[in-house]
Amino acid sequence: MDFYVLGQQLVNGLVLGATYGLVAVGYTMVYGIIGMINFAHGEIYMLSAYLTAIGVSVLSYWGFGSPWALIALTLLFAMAITSLYGVVIERLAYRPLRGSNRLAPLISAIGVSLILQNYVQLSQGARNQGVPTLIDGALRFGDQEHFFQITYMQVVIIVVAFISMLGLNLIVRYTTLGRACRAVQQDREMAQILGIHADRIIAAVFAMGAAMAAVAGVLITLNYGSFDFFVGFITGIKAFTAAVLGGIGSLPGAMLGGVLLGLAESLFSGFVNSDYKDVFAFGLLVAILIFRPSGLLGKPIVEKV
Amino acid sequence: MKQNQPALLQVQDLVVGYRNTEVLHGVSLEVFPSEIVTLIGCNGAGKTTFLKSIYGAPRPRSGKILFRGEDLGRLPTHQVAKQGLSLVPEGRRIFPGMSVLENLKMGLSARAQLEGSEADLVWIFELFPRLKERSSQRAGTLSGGEQQMLAIGRSLMARPSLLLLDEPSLGLAPLIVRAIFETLKQVAAEGMTIFLVEQNANQALRLADRAYVLTNGRISLSGVGLELLADPEVQRAYLGGH
Ligand SMILES: Nc1ncnc2c1ncn2[C@@H]1O[C@H](COP(=O)(O)OP(=O)(O)O)[C@@H](O)[C@H]1O
Ligand SMILES: [Mg+2]
Repeated sequence: MDFYVLGQQLVNGLVLGATYGLVAVGYTMVYGIIGMINFAHGEIYMLSAYLTAIGVSVLSYWGFGSPWALIALTLLFAMAITSLYGVVIERLAYRPLRGSNRLAPLISAIGVSLILQNYVQLSQGARNQGVPTLIDGALRFGDQEHFFQITYMQVVIIVVAFISMLGLNLIVRYTTLGRACRAVQQDREMAQILGIHADRIIAAVFAMGAAMAAVAGVLITLNYGSFDFFVGFITGIKAFTAAVLGGIGSLPGAMLGGVLLGLAESLFSGFVNSDYKDVFAFGLLVAILIFRPSGLLGKPIVEKV
Repeated sequence: MKQNQPALLQVQDLVVGYRNTEVLHGVSLEVFPSEIVTLIGCNGAGKTTFLKSIYGAPRPRSGKILFRGEDLGRLPTHQVAKQGLSLVPEGRRIFPGMSVLENLKMGLSARAQLEGSEADLVWIFELFPRLKERSSQRAGTLSGGEQQMLAIGRSLMARPSLLLLDEPSLGLAPLIVRAIFETLKQVAAEGMTIFLVEQNANQALRLADRAYVLTNGRISLSGVGLELLADPEVQRAYLGGH
């Protein structure tokens, strides 16, 4: 085993895993609060890729030269717009079905997913799109011939992902909104009897989940530079796998599951076969669902936040 | 006389049911400010249904629920709390994954303003010193009696004009029941209006100023608490006398 290949795969895996974790959080929070898998969540990630391209080009046109300002403003822009999408999707496609059988919102979610893909494909075109590289350069470890590196953009991804996760955790643990989210999750009727407007709290959860997915979407898009209307599908399933791995419903579980899946996938593609890395991830999903459906930290999120 | 003031809660001809059963067949009762009123009845009489219908789930089929003269009948559940009622539900329904302190703070959700909430917390910790000792502990790890205290404390944090309780004695040891009823008396002495639903007629009738007896979804008897306690009918049906 080559030490430098290992180092490189660990770096790549951590970066990938951090973004899986950010997307997984949305699956797990929505599942925690209304018990449904929001299959349209991956499309929020896809939308944020397009919003990145829009944000970067509009801001550049307005004369923002600093890459830091561009990244920060694009993040805020994408988070705001996707939150709005999250809230509207919940309001139109899921809330009317609340209280009907469990399959109905799942089917509705698949419908929303198809609608968003087609709408983006029609309005933006089916071709691959790109954004310019904003940050160049890398930290290198090793000598001229043998080394691994972590690019500055990868550093940005890890730092921003970490701050976002920390921020979300602080909100859920220590704010009135976070407490209300946990109350609605544990006993919705009782929360309402105490005066909590549960529909609003559920909408807020959709908004928070979408904003976190947007953080991942913006960062990954800036890192890879290209995307199309289909990127939400693979990332969505990977993040869902991460949420299940960590224990669906568990917030720390989603973050842990994301990082573990990213590392596992990256090591698999570095040392075994990179063509089969997606197959590996889905195989893992099937294996977890069979052998440990409750995941690593599988209890309701409230039990541990 | 308390009854000289307008009623705080006035229920008129309330009919409530689930899908294809009717549970309450025209219940009328009144609660005046600063009273302790109890509603006693056997298991299945419809006591819990009565309290739930105040919160709109299930919605009344007919009749009126007036609180300070305003009809609660069409309000969504979360709005009812904001009118100044707070329910300590059957089975306590604390949030098990939250700390004791967080559970208490959930009571603030119904309040329009948080001014004075620190003082209320101090007051609740005086009423239930156990809760203070365990304030950072997970509520799910509390004993049954402590959970009941927490559910009451949570409702008091809302600073309601009317405190509703659904069988607070359920499943608790007699000694703990007595302590909780003592505390309720103390809370009432500070001016709180209390509506207590109980199967434990003996304790409830001793505590209450007035009482109603609910039998199969109808008010069968009403009167002063201690007088009902002596009533042979009540003795036979609810106090195990034969
Ligand atoms: N959710 C429900 N759906 C249908 N019937 C119910 C429901 N809840 C209670 N009931 C019925 O309503 C009647 C009164 O129940 P309840 O109000 O819980 O009585 P109590 O609190 O006096 O013991 C019972 O016959 C019970 O079976
Ligand atoms: Mg009951």
